[in-house]
Amino acid sequence: MDIDKKLVKKIATLSRVKIEEKEVERFSKELSKIITWVEKLNEVDTKDITPIANPSDIKIPFREDEINDGKIEEKILKNAPEKKAGYFVVPKVVE
Amino acid sequence: MKSSNNWETIIGLEVHAQIISKSKLFSGASTNFGSEPNTQVSLVDAAMPGMLPVINKDCVEQAIKTGLGLNAQINKRSIFDRKNYFYPDLPQGYQISQFSQPIVGKGSIPIDLKDGTSKEIGITRLHIEQDAGKSVHDIEPSKSYIDLNRSGIALMEIVSEPDIRSAEEAQEYVKKLRSILRYIGTCDGNMEEGSLRCDVNISVRIKGEELGTRAEIKNVNSIKSIGQAIDYEFKRQTEIISSGGKIDQETRLFDEKKGETRSMRSKEEAHDYRYFPDPDLPPLEIEDEWIEKIKKNLPELPDVKKKNLINQYKIPSYDAAILVSDKNNAEFFDKIIAGNKKRNPKNVANWIIGELFALLNKNNLEIKDSPIKAEDLGELIDYIEDQTISGKIAKNVFDEMFKTKKKAKDIIEKKGLKQITDTGEIEKLIDKVLNNNKEKVDEFKSGKEKLFGYFVGQVMQETKGTANPGIVNKILKKKLAK
Amino acid sequence: MNLKNINLEECLKLLKEKKISSKELTSFYLKEAEANKNLNAYISMNSDNVIKLAEESDKRILNNTARPLEGVPIAIKDLFCTKDILTTAASKMLDNFKPAYESTVTQNLWDAGAILLGKTNLDEFAMGSSNETSFFGASINPWSKDKKKYVSGGSSGGSAAAVAGNIAIAATGTDTGGSIRQPASYCGIVGLKPTYGRCSRWGIVSFASSLDQAGPMTKTVNDAALMLDAMAGYDKKDSTSANLEKTNFYKNLKNNKKLKIGIPKQYKNDQLNDEIIKLWDLGIEYFKKNNCEVVEIDLPHTEYALATYYIISSAEASSNLARYDGVRYGLRNNSENINDLYEQTRSEGFGNEVKRRIMIGTYVLSAGYYDAYYLKAQKVRSKIINDFKKAFEKVDIIFTPTAPSDAFEQGSKIDDPIQMYLNDVFTVPASLAGLPAISVPMGLSNNNLPLGFQIIGKSFDEDSVFSAAKIIEENSNFKKEDKK
Repeated sequence: MDIDKKLVKKIATLSRVKIEEKEVERFSKELSKIITWVEKLNEVDTKDITPIANPSDIKIPFREDEINDGKIEEKILKNAPEKKAGYFVVPKVVE
Repeated sequence: MKSSNNWETIIGLEVHAQIISKSKLFSGASTNFGSEPNTQVSLVDAAMPGMLPVINKDCVEQAIKTGLGLNAQINKRSIFDRKNYFYPDLPQGYQISQFSQPIVGKGSIPIDLKDGTSKEIGITRLHIEQDAGKSVHDIEPSKSYIDLNRSGIALMEIVSEPDIRSAEEAQEYVKKLRSILRYIGTCDGNMEEGSLRCDVNISVRIKGEELGTRAEIKNVNSIKSIGQAIDYEFKRQTEIISSGGKIDQETRLFDEKKGETRSMRSKEEAHDYRYFPDPDLPPLEIEDEWIEKIKKNLPELPDVKKKNLINQYKIPSYDAAILVSDKNNAEFFDKIIAGNKKRNPKNVANWIIGELFALLNKNNLEIKDSPIKAEDLGELIDYIEDQTISGKIAKNVFDEMFKTKKKAKDIIEKKGLKQITDTGEIEKLIDKVLNNNKEKVDEFKSGKEKLFGYFVGQVMQETKGTANPGIVNKILKKKLAK
Repeated sequence: MNLKNINLEECLKLLKEKKISSKELTSFYLKEAEANKNLNAYISMNSDNVIKLAEESDKRILNNTARPLEGVPIAIKDLFCTKDILTTAASKMLDNFKPAYESTVTQNLWDAGAILLGKTNLDEFAMGSSNETSFFGASINPWSKDKKKYVSGGSSGGSAAAVAGNIAIAATGTDTGGSIRQPASYCGIVGLKPTYGRCSRWGIVSFASSLDQAGPMTKTVNDAALMLDAMAGYDKKDSTSANLEKTNFYKNLKNNKKLKIGIPKQYKNDQLNDEIIKLWDLGIEYFKKNNCEVVEIDLPHTEYALATYYIISSAEASSNLARYDGVRYGLRNNSENINDLYEQTRSEGFGNEVKRRIMIGTYVLSAGYYDAYYLKAQKVRSKIINDFKKAFEKVDIIFTPTAPSDAFEQGSKIDDPIQMYLNDVFTVPASLAGLPAISVPMGLSNNNLPLGFQIIGKSFDEDSVFSAAKIIEENSNFKKEDKK
């Protein structure tokens, strides 16, 4: 499968990763190669096979409904690049 | 607005209901509303490196309860999926939700319309997901401030089938849904605080033709807005189609102030959510025993209760609907009935719906804040029943009870309002009145029958309205017949 | 007393017998690490704190309240969050991140009395097989001689280099597709990836959630068992953690199990070097000598494991790394527009391999491609798991080479991602199946670089894995050879 430059840019936008124009070609080649390589999976017959998302057989474990966390604003905001009045601050987001 | 008979509106609603629970869906931070920013945030909610989700059992139970309340199928095995997108109030860069295998499947709820008919609205599915944080845009002009208190609170997303055909149906659906959620205690349905949110999917078509392109309307925050948004969209879409145009499949925002919808900046490209099963969470398996246990403990649902009111107590359907429309109404009613088995349920219903609601509405009060408590109203009704006071006097006592919060007994005694039922006493009073009005008696006897009311009035005046009207009438008739 | 070549078991004995103090031991290792900075095995040392911790341990030892690993300085892969101590994931994105919390696995080690020596180097966000993608530069294989620099493997290259270079007594690593086993093989040490769910993932920077596992990297098999006993355990904060009884791997080592060994025929291909085949056959002889039956087994979907792994791990990584967005912690490259902030931050913060994997992951999950790639991979994964289930009906453990070759020169594969991915061909299947697997050094290649062999066991049967590993370790020539 060929991942052309247009697709590279689209994927980059979805991933919020900026690819410089001069790198788009390289990424296009590398990604195309990798995708072509993984396409060998098409050789495997997987009709009627249930996909597995996790190798263990466990069921989801439950937690009791108790308030035993939070009230740690200092820790939460400790590493914030920009904060004010207890909030995280980012450039204005327009709806 | 006139709608052409040929147009049909197809509406589906997606309702997000915040689950009532102490802590969040995947973290132990509190779900309280209105706290200082970022004080109800755990490391998991803030998506710190290496943090992992662990599910709150109660939230799952609430969703199962709700599914049962919607007469829906509970899926014993369901999966949590990640919905991936970037937004500052979404710390993980994905929302944990359920996409392909939700916890609850198909169901339905009945709604009642003004014209007296009922209709079943289908439920497509219900799933559990995380709520996002809040962005505050108006503290600083060029910045947005992010508060993650709400991030991670459990939500149920309830999707209806596109069975809704009008603004009224949509409103009744949401009202009914809200009352069910409140009845079973899984969501407080508070649209002003945002614990119940509604997205409207709407398209139009000429009856019999193919489905039209639908628009999704967001930010519809009240029952009134639902109606307004639908009416506006109907007009907008039919106008476009009538003039030969096409409807864009898009997301629109409802503007409450203007009563209009407007297009959001096109973000079609961005809406590739790349759903995949969350590898941090094994599948959710629900045992039959658990579902049975929940079923047993479920409170009586409004529609079942309504049927009972109609069949058991012979309360008219319209009144029954009002009584069950709010859990608080039903409880008020139940309390009065339970207080004394001799109370006539129809009578009780009338007092609540007629008299009490009138005063509550006038004073902008909810029934839970009523100055007259259920027991006290019951007592008043008993006094009428056993003839302690007349129906007319009772109304005055009622008003007084509302104003002063005093009990009926105290008011009746203090104001001397006890009904006079002693026939001897009444006869004496009637004689007095007739003696004082000999001319009028002659006029009556010579045909002026209207004067009967005058005599009654005079007797009432003498007794400050406490004479039993029935007895007065009887005796007066006898006396005048002579 | 030569503290340099000491292993964990020996070290504990010396401490217990009070022949050495933790303070002496720790000071020695701090000095050695400093003297061997050229290995670039460490990203940061815990110089500010560790001596104090050593002194506290010494008090406990004197009081006879010593815990199982009391006073032993351990190196920790810089992917484990250590409270108030720099945790970078070898990325510019987190190059000055100090978490306000401690990972469960490291807390377990501290609760057992161990102390933090330093944070070791790794491939950025654990993505890589050579430690060359680290923001802090590659670590060097201590076996490198002359002017040539050989890779220490990846992603836990720093931990491997530290243990092999004798600047750590023992270390922790994480293994997603081979990231403990392959560097262990390249550096001639022991490295174990436990069963998925054996160790908690809470507080470990997440790469691929359904594959990541913490594990020990040590000089001997006994050491690995000691470490695993301390590291493992149920954690209710991790929904994928296995709720099992406390482990006794070290005690159980003495049980001599009679094991049935499986040799997967699909792992034998004509591209394998003779030197590897020779050692493999030698290992088979060791097992036979020890009364173990050796049979050929079938793992028919082996050739698809790598592709399956890369699709799944990239998909999970693309989502797990979405939280690095410059909003709440880590690097921020500011802008007036939020999307620019995201793009600039992530472009500056992530290296090329990480970007590649994020993009592959985004692609295979995106609309229109999900079924063809991700869903397909999860189905093939299911088949691979079944292959192992069937095989383990016949055998107790599976014996294979760890890597298709010895360590390669730095820079020789970095420009060809697929060549780099092929290093993981033998380790990836056990990761996909969540099975425990260990690498034990067996001998040297023609290039005088270590060659390790892998033992894969049934789910939660690390006991058999350790038993088999000991047979290889005790019989192989490796421990008699000149280790640096």
